[in-house]
Amino acid sequence: MTNLILQSCGPSTSLQDHGRFGWQKYGLGPAGAMDRLAQAEANALVGNGAGAGVIEMAVAGLRFTVEGGSVRVAVAGGDQKLTVDGVTVAPVSSVTVQAGQVVEIGGMRSGRFGYLAVAGGFKAPMPLGSMAYHTRAGIGGLAGRFLQAGDQLALNLQSPSGADVVGDKLLSRRAGRFRVIAGPQDDFFSDEGWMTFLSSSYTITQNADRMGIRLTGPAIAHNAKGYNIVSDGIVTGSIQVPGSGEPLILLADRQTTGGYPKIATVISADLPRLAQASPGETLQFERVSRDEAVAALKAQMAAIDAFRAALKPRGGIALDSAQLLATPLIDGWISMDEWLD
Amino acid sequence: MACTRTMNEPRFLFAGDSAVVVEFGEAIAPDANARVLSLDAAVRAARMTGVVETVPTYRSLLIQIDPLAIDFDRFRADVLRLAAAASDHVTPGRRWSVPVVYGGDYGLDLEETAARHKMSAAKLIEIHAGAIYRVYAIGFMPGYTYLGGLDPRIHTSRRMDPRLMTPSGTISIGGIQALVAGAAMPSGWHLLGRTPVRTFDATRTPPVLFEPGDEVVFQPIDASRWDDLDRRAANGEPIADVVRA
Repeated sequence: MTNLILQSCGPSTSLQDHGRFGWQKYGLGPAGAMDRLAQAEANALVGNGAGAGVIEMAVAGLRFTVEGGSVRVAVAGGDQKLTVDGVTVAPVSSVTVQAGQVVEIGGMRSGRFGYLAVAGGFKAPMPLGSMAYHTRAGIGGLAGRFLQAGDQLALNLQSPSGADVVGDKLLSRRAGRFRVIAGPQDDFFSDEGWMTFLSSSYTITQNADRMGIRLTGPAIAHNAKGYNIVSDGIVTGSIQVPGSGEPLILLADRQTTGGYPKIATVISADLPRLAQASPGETLQFERVSRDEAVAALKAQMAAIDAFRAALKPRGGIALDSAQLLATPLIDGWISMDEWLD
Repeated sequence: MACTRTMNEPRFLFAGDSAVVVEFGEAIAPDANARVLSLDAAVRAARMTGVVETVPTYRSLLIQIDPLAIDFDRFRADVLRLAAAASDHVTPGRRWSVPVVYGGDYGLDLEETAARHKMSAAKLIEIHAGAIYRVYAIGFMPGYTYLGGLDPRIHTSRRMDPRLMTPSGTISIGGIQALVAGAAMPSGWHLLGRTPVRTFDATRTPPVLFEPGDEVVFQPIDASRWDDLDRRAANGEPIADVVRA
């Protein structure tokens, strides 16, 4: 039995996976990794499916050691420095950690969330079908809490975790405006309000966490219908505009219902980039069609597949292609049907 | 985005690329809620490819989809067909009796709310516990149960200064609604009492007691019974009784 032992970590370090589906009708939101693209990169580097369980780091890095065996690990998302017993590991690669070695992951040099993946994933309780820690509901993770120094995480690994790999470069991130689809309450805003929303810059405030981010900037005018609606369902990426006119965007640990009109919804392909935006950064929005949004998501999935396909063995050791082929490339993201009922 | 909009027809709205909302009106009404629950049951029974989960609320149904697995045009046509056929006939589900300790530390706002309505605390309890409530929606946070059916004599607009934290199990009223809070959260509602019932417990099977469409009545209990009931609830007992199946 191989264990990962956390020696130190930041205060908002948590276990996450693709999220928990099927419980929103009872008030429990999905949780799951904030940046699914970075999660998919880290998982690809160790041969896991994109949505496999990972340790999500927030701003700070962590230090761990492994006992009981060796395991291949990789990091992506926050441009963090990775060292094993003080030796720096090249970015965009996996590294096999031997029992007793100390791995240090530095603080983030960009972004807010980084991901540590281990070959085979973590063996953790799966309350209601997922190990994802929902920070507001206190469900999932290790005993319904953030990770802390001293925690021991059991690994799934049953066999040697394969040869280390190196990738070309991390997936490129689109810059510029965040793309949104209008609605569902786009008809609660005046033409002037829409103009303000699409032509202004909004700054991310300090109120930014796994639940959502509050923005400050020019107030978006509602129309005569006002700013109270009978509470209805919301999604990750919903842009609520309360009475103040300053929008807030709901993210992974959001509530499931809300009583403010939602002017628009950030498209799925732009959610990873939004998750990485830090307080003080400014955002602008751009309206797109549903078809454009789906095309962007499709392109992103294809990019993840291409990233995985381009991984090469490090130091000429052949990659176990049978293992690679047996790995579901995009599980947990595509086949969410299994979470119904 | 409104794709369909007439007075009597449901509206089909986009909530991003991964969800749609089917809306049956803009107000809280039993018949609109019945249509929501009828459509919810129909969508789940249809087991359409690419449908991930559904979220019924007061007057609309949110359907979460996998945009890369779904044939969207066909899905839209199917959903609109099911929505047109959704029944507005209110068929009550189970009726639950929920034990509540009113007032004191369990319901910090009981006296103040009673005074606001120029009645005694006992009268307020009698009115609140004398109604049959309908579960309109479960949402916001796990087990948060939103109830319709609050007696108009105790409709109470929300507090001007919301409390930063209220305990789980809080029984409160806000505007025309009543609530059983499933978790400790900030709240601007008026706290009348508290129940030891866990409306959501991830370790219990099933984790949820109430379903949308169920009915709830409140049973006032003495504070001396709290510790025993709370301990049993902590061990996974429902402690709320089904008084009509």
